[in-house]
Amino acid sequence: MSSADIYRELILDYYRNPRNFGKLEKFDIQAHDTNPLCGDEIEMQIRVGGENTIEEIKFTGKGCAISQASASMLTELAKGKPLEWVRQVAKEDVFKLLGNPDLGPSRVKCALLGMKVLKTGVYGYLGAHYDDPDGSV
Amino acid sequence: MLKSETIDVEAVRRDFPILKRKVHGKRLVYLDNAATTQKPQSVIDALVDYYSRYNSNVHRSVHTLGEEATEAYEDSRRKVAKFVGAQAKETVFVRGTTEATNLVRFAWGEKYVKKGDLIVATLMEHHSNIVPWQLLAKSRGAVLKYVGLTPDGELDMGSLEGLLRESPRLVAFAHCSNVLGTINDVATICTKARSAGATTIVDGAQSVPHLPVDLASLGADFYAFSGHKMLGPTGIGVLIGKKRLLEEMDPFEGGGEMIREVFEDHSTWNDVPHKFEAGTVNVAGAIGFGAAVDYLSRLGMDKVREHEVRLLDYAYDALSSLKGFHAYGPEDTKKRSGLIAFNYADVHPHDLATILDEEGVAIRSGHHCAQLLMRCLDVSATNRASFYVYNSYDDVDALRHGIEKAGAIFKV
Repeated sequence: MSSADIYRELILDYYRNPRNFGKLEKFDIQAHDTNPLCGDEIEMQIRVGGENTIEEIKFTGKGCAISQASASMLTELAKGKPLEWVRQVAKEDVFKLLGNPDLGPSRVKCALLGMKVLKTGVYGYLGAHYDDPDGSV
Repeated sequence: MLKSETIDVEAVRRDFPILKRKVHGKRLVYLDNAATTQKPQSVIDALVDYYSRYNSNVHRSVHTLGEEATEAYEDSRRKVAKFVGAQAKETVFVRGTTEATNLVRFAWGEKYVKKGDLIVATLMEHHSNIVPWQLLAKSRGAVLKYVGLTPDGELDMGSLEGLLRESPRLVAFAHCSNVLGTINDVATICTKARSAGATTIVDGAQSVPHLPVDLASLGADFYAFSGHKMLGPTGIGVLIGKKRLLEEMDPFEGGGEMIREVFEDHSTWNDVPHKFEAGTVNVAGAIGFGAAVDYLSRLGMDKVREHEVRLLDYAYDALSSLKGFHAYGPEDTKKRSGLIAFNYADVHPHDLATILDEEGVAIRSGHHCAQLLMRCLDVSATNRASFYVYNSYDDVDALRHGIEKAGAIFKV
């Protein structure tokens, strides 16, 4: 693992200038979670549009570059997608967004916090429950 | 290199086999000593010796192995007690500081804390000296309030005195903060608390490993610390309490060893400290703890302290010139133990810790189990470099080098 590999330009750019950062005035879905190891924190809000699509999505949070950049990138990917798409999202998709860095087990949890919040919120809205396979992500 | 006037770091380093290992191809620079310390060969040998030569349960069997194990276990109790100027009879072996505070919560708190009573803790406490009192306050209908901090990261004595005027039942505070490093004036606080009619419990987890501590002159009712933060094994620590209090308290856990006689409808209790040591105890851990205390006693705690102050002074000089470096806690190194919590520009502590790890440098990053303090400092996390007997100026240089590398990657 090389930190130059993990902290590529793109991740630092999203860390310092996160896209879709902020709150929505009107939203249908809201979810929040923290990473107890780090204290990383992510909250997401989604406004659902016609045919159950993600019309608008924003997030707020604080934490390391990995957690904040991955959450921001994920909101960009999610915008405009059907809610059902969220069921298909996998951790590999998040790693791909980050450029497939070689993260250790504890930092993987930072990377996946945004996905966990997204899934928790959308699954709840769809009347399902997201059972995190990686435990306390 | 640090030598002669304090301790011979090169000689000390040879006693710690783990310091030979490489991390990511680099020399291990272990600066996470406030979380747990490494173990000298003599402590490792003490554990191996117990398991390979005289492993047996204690206080039960009259055979040779049982006698030897019991003698070694009780000898360790005497050593640990003597190390801090306490009596063996008031020294209870527990799993660690957390179990000690929980023991007091149940065995003392459930008996003596009444509805409406005030419990006082401080905003610089580790969660182990907060959460047990929250649970106690909830179960007894008591109120928990916190002593505030000064901008320099010391306890606000005005705030403490204000709370003491409300006649608290218990005052709980750390001897040294695990984040700010602040060394609190235990003797003064205990005197004031006693005048207000309060019982005191002091978290010594970050003080006993780093400073000479003489409990006879501090006057705390309860004082607790952990073996693994002072070269000993994990899973062993002590609660030291005033004998009268320990005798009056209820037992903590019920089971073997802690009883004198058992009848169908009731039991009578063993003498202290055994009354609080139910079940088979951590014999190996206690013996290893004794070996750790032997090691520190040979070095001399005055010298350990002097060594850490030098490292602190050197680290302040080396790090404070870095642009964006911000340290927390008292600036006067005489007022703090051997650790520095800091932040560096907008590099999050977890990102910095990952980059440092690649350089073989191990630090702690996060909230350090002190979330009330993090909110007080208005940060979500900090880095913490904490020193011990085997750390050298070279280690501080490696830390600075790693921070500079993070600065280059993050374009600070």
